[in-house]
Amino acid sequence: MDQDSAYTREQVREFEIVGQSVPRVEGYDKVTGRAEYTDDIDLHGMTYAKVYCSPVAHGIIKKVDVSKAKEYPGVLDVIVGEEHPKKYSVNDLLPTETPLAVDKVRYFGEGLAAVVAISEQIAAEALALIDVEIEELPALVNAHDSEASADNLIHDFAKNNTNHTAEQHFGDVDDALAKSDVVVEETFYTSMVNGGFIETQSVVADYDPGKRKLTVYNCNQLAHTLQHTIARTIDMPLDDIRVIIPNVGGGFGGKTEATPSVLIASIMSRKIGRPVKLTYDRDESIYQNKGRHACHLSLKLGFNKDGTIQALDLSILLDGGAHSGWGFVVLWFIAALTHLPYKVRNIRYEGRRVYTNKPTPGAQRSFGGVQARTAVESCFDMAAVELGINPYELRMINAVETGYKCPSVVEVRHSEFKKCLESVATRSDFANKWGKLPRGKGIGFAAGHYSSGGAFLLYNSSRAHSTANIRVDTEAGATVFCGVTDIGQGSTTVMTQIACEVFGIPMRKVNFICQDTMLAPMDNGTMDSRATYGAGHAVKNAALDARSKIFDVAAAHLGVRAEQLQCKDELISSIYDDNRFINFWEAVRMYQEVQGTVFGTGDYTPPQPRGDYDGKIIGPSPAFGFTAQIAEVDVNLRTGQVKVLKYYEATDCGKAVNPASVEGQVEGGVVMGLGQALIEEIVVDRNGRVLNPNLHDYKIPTTMDVPEFDSEIVDAYDPTSAYGGKEVGEAPTGPVCAAIMNAVYDAVGVRLTEVPITPEKVFRAMRGQHSRGLELETTTIGFHNAKIRSV
Amino acid sequence: MKQVVHLNINGSPYDVMVAPNATIADVVRRQLGMTGTKLGCEQGDCGACTILIDGKSHLSCITLAVASEGKEIVTIEGLEQNGKLDPIQQAILEKQGVQCGICTPGVIMSAKGLLNENPKPNHEEIVVGMSGNLCRCTGYEKIFDAIEAVVEGEYDDAATPQVGAE
Ligand code: FES
Ligand code: FES
Repeated sequence: MDQDSAYTREQVREFEIVGQSVPRVEGYDKVTGRAEYTDDIDLHGMTYAKVYCSPVAHGIIKKVDVSKAKEYPGVLDVIVGEEHPKKYSVNDLLPTETPLAVDKVRYFGEGLAAVVAISEQIAAEALALIDVEIEELPALVNAHDSEASADNLIHDFAKNNTNHTAEQHFGDVDDALAKSDVVVEETFYTSMVNGGFIETQSVVADYDPGKRKLTVYNCNQLAHTLQHTIARTIDMPLDDIRVIIPNVGGGFGGKTEATPSVLIASIMSRKIGRPVKLTYDRDESIYQNKGRHACHLSLKLGFNKDGTIQALDLSILLDGGAHSGWGFVVLWFIAALTHLPYKVRNIRYEGRRVYTNKPTPGAQRSFGGVQARTAVESCFDMAAVELGINPYELRMINAVETGYKCPSVVEVRHSEFKKCLESVATRSDFANKWGKLPRGKGIGFAAGHYSSGGAFLLYNSSRAHSTANIRVDTEAGATVFCGVTDIGQGSTTVMTQIACEVFGIPMRKVNFICQDTMLAPMDNGTMDSRATYGAGHAVKNAALDARSKIFDVAAAHLGVRAEQLQCKDELISSIYDDNRFINFWEAVRMYQEVQGTVFGTGDYTPPQPRGDYDGKIIGPSPAFGFTAQIAEVDVNLRTGQVKVLKYYEATDCGKAVNPASVEGQVEGGVVMGLGQALIEEIVVDRNGRVLNPNLHDYKIPTTMDVPEFDSEIVDAYDPTSAYGGKEVGEAPTGPVCAAIMNAVYDAVGVRLTEVPITPEKVFRAMRGQHSRGLELETTTIGFHNAKIRSV
Repeated sequence: MKQVVHLNINGSPYDVMVAPNATIADVVRRQLGMTGTKLGCEQGDCGACTILIDGKSHLSCITLAVASEGKEIVTIEGLEQNGKLDPIQQAILEKQGVQCGICTPGVIMSAKGLLNENPKPNHEEIVVGMSGNLCRCTGYEKIFDAIEAVVEGEYDDAATPQVGAE
């Protein structure tokens, strides 16, 4: 910084540690095997639990006889569902789950009984002694059938198996569609996929009979929400429960709910007064699922000749699986996501979520975004063809900018979306490739966004969403207490960088204490792409609070005004005169001598949702991240196999606090999207049995499946954020399916409307439209430049 | 039923009582407390449990302890020496080939096995050589970067890295 300048580094947006690709704070532990995950924990007197999983998907429980299992040597206890009938869910709205099935089973693999023993082996052997009798009911495995089945109800209270419905209407969609020059309409289906985190869910519950307190170690994304769920489900005072989150081996949203195992282990530990460990096998992890909802969508988009979008009319049916969970939030989130990233004023949304006898889906990276983007981005491509406007141009015409207000009054306070669109179009030479590549080769455009910072709390709705406390002293350096969870995305590193930036001290002088409800203050947790934005604000505010106290001492000592001080390289100095300085720790020591430890506190709550419409609390966001993507594919004309050759991406995540971590989020997020686009789907047979509950039949992408990457973080700074950063964890996953669909269309002229895009589907589509395909072979360009169709 | 086996793990001898069906993963994780070796499937699908046996990568979740007597077993705990990282560990750390870290010990051991067999693999060979290790977080790009950097000699004089910027 210019020495004579009166600007602080923040004013000129030049930072010391923010913006650096600092390696992960906990990285050393992870590369050496020292990092402890839940299943690695070994406590004195540990016992091991196993769950008896239902062999049928839907049925009345006639008998669960555990008497023989109870007698088995080494078994400490066995519990069944009816002993613990209290229902739970993500919040109080519609609790439907119980730790173990009561009276009825609703999905394949649901727990019927649980055994705790002195070893896992003995627990497993005892399971074989449990005698179960279930009267099977017809399994409902298709959302449409389920809705139509009035007398086969999965939950007695849910008429037509309907879980939730949602409706939103802004403007006048019918009128706008009637006046549109071009209307495109299509139906889509996105499959049910699983989070596929390599660490299956694991829990250690440790009840201390002396203190009558319970400590739960669990790889969960939301420590405080989990604490609430446990307290209410097993009837314990909240403050008698401490949740500790060890390292989490991947979450992606799927670890935002309490698994039954957490409640089972807690119940058992309280009963036997010993620690209980319960780690799911891979098949159990897939039965518990909480991955992405399968979704049927039908979408109409209306455009004027000049390419401006006039109306969006979307109706969806979500396959909800057996339980409620995050379902209502997904339903409203899809509604909220359709308002952006294009300037559409007339919007109609109708959504339904129905119960089926399948593993319950929940939250997964780009929650609601994959479904919405698959439909919208495909229809944009169709419209581009109809309008004779290049898909890139069509998106530019309609892209949101900073300051845009949605018809729902949600405001986009910062957007560099157009830069993203431009970046990928230029780097890929899209204009010269689209519609011009040889048959079998294709290029596809798609784009998207995601909310960042979270707008609603599941509990305690008037509390701050994030709070951070900081203690600074010469005994421990700067110690930050914050409830956010690092699930691998790097929040611990990013939060540490933010604290360092405020104090002007090196990374190793900051201790970051998180993931523990006893040590860290209440936090909304890691979901909704809110960590960097929400918790980042809280940490910065807390650090500023502590720093102002240190500055007061330094100012008096140096004889300058506190607001004219800056911190850098462990020195506090005048922004006007570098020669007037004091060592940071010396100032801390001086403060301590008189007033004791320096404490700082800060919090963050996003602006309250405004407007007056149904679903308004879900989706509005203090910030939005944006992404634009282009896929280049090769389609094997004989087999229908799609190979992704190259993937271009551009991200607006505001200021990248840690650019290498941002790239990691983009690359990982896109590859997760590619998994869903091409290979992933949980397959359930007509009886509700999961056919691929393992990682050889349920395939996630390997090294062999990833394309060459070309990504860019566009220059951006969101002034509403702490140091300008916003989300990047979710947006990149959303548009991938559509990018591939659009590229396949460009390659072979057939529009796939369903993922995963298996070779079989492409092969059939190519055959089904053989004549059209042949025609296209010679007139690909002509087809893409089709005349504008008037409606 | 149980029997004593003599295992050589990370250069030290261990006598352990094992059941005939006990895997190396069971032994190191549950009996010896070396939990650096991770389990993601216990069916040979994910590679998280990869270790080296006589220098070659093996899946410890499907390798029996009783069949491993007299062999040289190396787990992730055996790579770091006196606080000094193996070049692959350091490269994965610095290039951010690690996110959640659950796949990381397996990724590192596989990369080790790959480089033992082929010290100068090209990109294609790295892709194929690492195809048995699932990573849900990184999209593999940064893992490739790290291995390529090691192949190119960037980490030949690996010193203990500082965690974070100084
Ligand atoms: S745990 Fe061994 S391959 Fe997955
Ligand atoms: S870093 Fe999470 S699975 Fe690889």
